[in-house]
Amino acid sequence: MKPQMITLHINGRTHYVALNPNLTLLVALRDLGYTDVKCGCEKGDCGACAVFLNGVAVNSCLVLAWQADEAEILTAAGLGTSEHPHPLQTAFSDAGAIQCGYCTPGMIISAKALLDQKPHPTDAEIRDAISGNLCRCTGYAQIIQAVQSAAEKMDAGGEG
Amino acid sequence: MQSEIELYRPQNLAEALTLLADYGPDGTPLAGGTNIVVELRDGHHNCKSLVDLSHLMELRGINQQNGYIVIGGGTTITELIDHPLIGAHAGILREAARLFANPLVRNRATVAGNLVDASPAADTAPPLLALNAEVQLMSQAATRWIRLEDFITGVRKTLLQPGELMFAIRLPVPSDRSAGAYNKVGLRKADAISVLSAAVMIELDDAGLCKQTGIALGAVAPKPFRAYEAEALLFGKVLGPELITEAARLAAEASRPIDDIRGTAAYRKRVVAVTVRRLLTKAVEVLK
Repeated sequence: MKPQMITLHINGRTHYVALNPNLTLLVALRDLGYTDVKCGCEKGDCGACAVFLNGVAVNSCLVLAWQADEAEILTAAGLGTSEHPHPLQTAFSDAGAIQCGYCTPGMIISAKALLDQKPHPTDAEIRDAISGNLCRCTGYAQIIQAVQSAAEKMDAGGEG
Repeated sequence: MQSEIELYRPQNLAEALTLLADYGPDGTPLAGGTNIVVELRDGHHNCKSLVDLSHLMELRGINQQNGYIVIGGGTTITELIDHPLIGAHAGILREAARLFANPLVRNRATVAGNLVDASPAADTAPPLLALNAEVQLMSQAATRWIRLEDFITGVRKTLLQPGELMFAIRLPVPSDRSAGAYNKVGLRKADAISVLSAAVMIELDDAGLCKQTGIALGAVAPKPFRAYEAEALLFGKVLGPELITEAARLAAEASRPIDDIRGTAAYRKRVVAVTVRRLLTKAVEVLK
C-alpha cells in the first residue's frame, strides 16, 4: 500500500507527513524530532512512549500513525518551555524523580492525566495512575513525591 | 521490521462493513490496537487488510434498552470504569476493568477487541459470562446475537466470520435480589496476565433460596467458561458454608488449567476452589 499523507498537530505545530501504514505513532513522532517520546518495550508494558492523543493518555507504540490523522497530540516536552516549565516538570527535577530519565516523559503524561481528573490524589491513586509506566532507577518514591508536590503547586498557583 | 499491511479508515460504520465484506477472509477489524499492533511488530499477524474502527462513534457508548445494558463494541475499558450504568448494574465488570492492564492500555483497548481476541485470560470475559452477556455480530448482509459463551470457541478462536465485526455486547439488567463478586489472581497488581480470574453472580428468591447463579472462570481452561455443575448444585437451596465449599470444589474440578510461567495447573485448581468459595461467600453476605 502506498504511503499516505496525514496531518499531525503536535504540541501546537502542524505537520504534513507521508507515511507507510505500518508505522506507529511512536516512530512518526521520533522521526519528526519529538525525541522526548521514548521507545521502550513497544508493546504497551512500559509507558515510555505515552502521549496525549486528543486529550487521552495512550501508548504511542500501540497506535498506528494513520489512526492519529488530524489528531491533537501533546508530548511531555510540549507541556512547558525552559522559561515556563509545567509544575510537573519542575517538581520531577526538584524531587530527584529522575535518574536515567528514560521513563520521565511517560511518567509526566500519566501524572498529568491523573491531576486533570483528580487535583488532590492520594499516594495510592498516584501509584495506580503510573502503573503503566516502568521506572527501573528510582523505586518510584520520589516520583510519587514529585506528583504530590506538583499537585500542591498547581492548586496554589492555579496552573496546569 | 514491521510487516507490510493495508490499512483502511472508513468514514462510518456502513463503509466499514463494505470494506470488511470486500476483503472477506483477508480483512481484520482494528480498534484499540493493543493486541494487533504488537502482533504486527512481531510479524505474527497474518491478516494484511486492516479496517480501522477506532474513530467510529457509532461503536461507542453504553445505554439501557428493553431490560438490557448495551455496550458498544468500541467502548474502551476506561469508559467501562467510569460509566454509572456499569457501576450500578455490572459491578463485577467494573472491577475487572479496573484491574485490566494499566491506565494507558485501558484508554485504547475496547470491550469487543478483548472478546474477539479470545485469550483464555481475557479480562472482561468472566464477568460478562457470569452476567449472561450476548454479543452482536454485524456484517453488511446480516446482524446476529449470540451468547458470549458460544462466541468464544477455543484458544483465540471465535465464531466471528469474515466480513463481520462485533457491534455491541448486552447483558440483562440483574434483579435487585442479586449480587456479584470478582477477583483476579495475578503475579503482581498492575499489568498482570491472570493466573485466574473469577466472577460470580447469585440471585435469591423471596424465600432466600438460590434462584440463579453465574460462576465464570478465566485463565484456567482453553477458554473462559461457566462452571455449570457448581451452579446446578446451588439451585433452589440456602447458600450455607458447606454447600458453597462443595460448589467451589466442583468449579475446581471443571477447570482444565495448564502449567505455564505464571503458575502450575495444580496450583491453579487449588486457587479456583479457594477463590470461588470466597466470592460466593462474599456475594451471599451482600444479600443478607
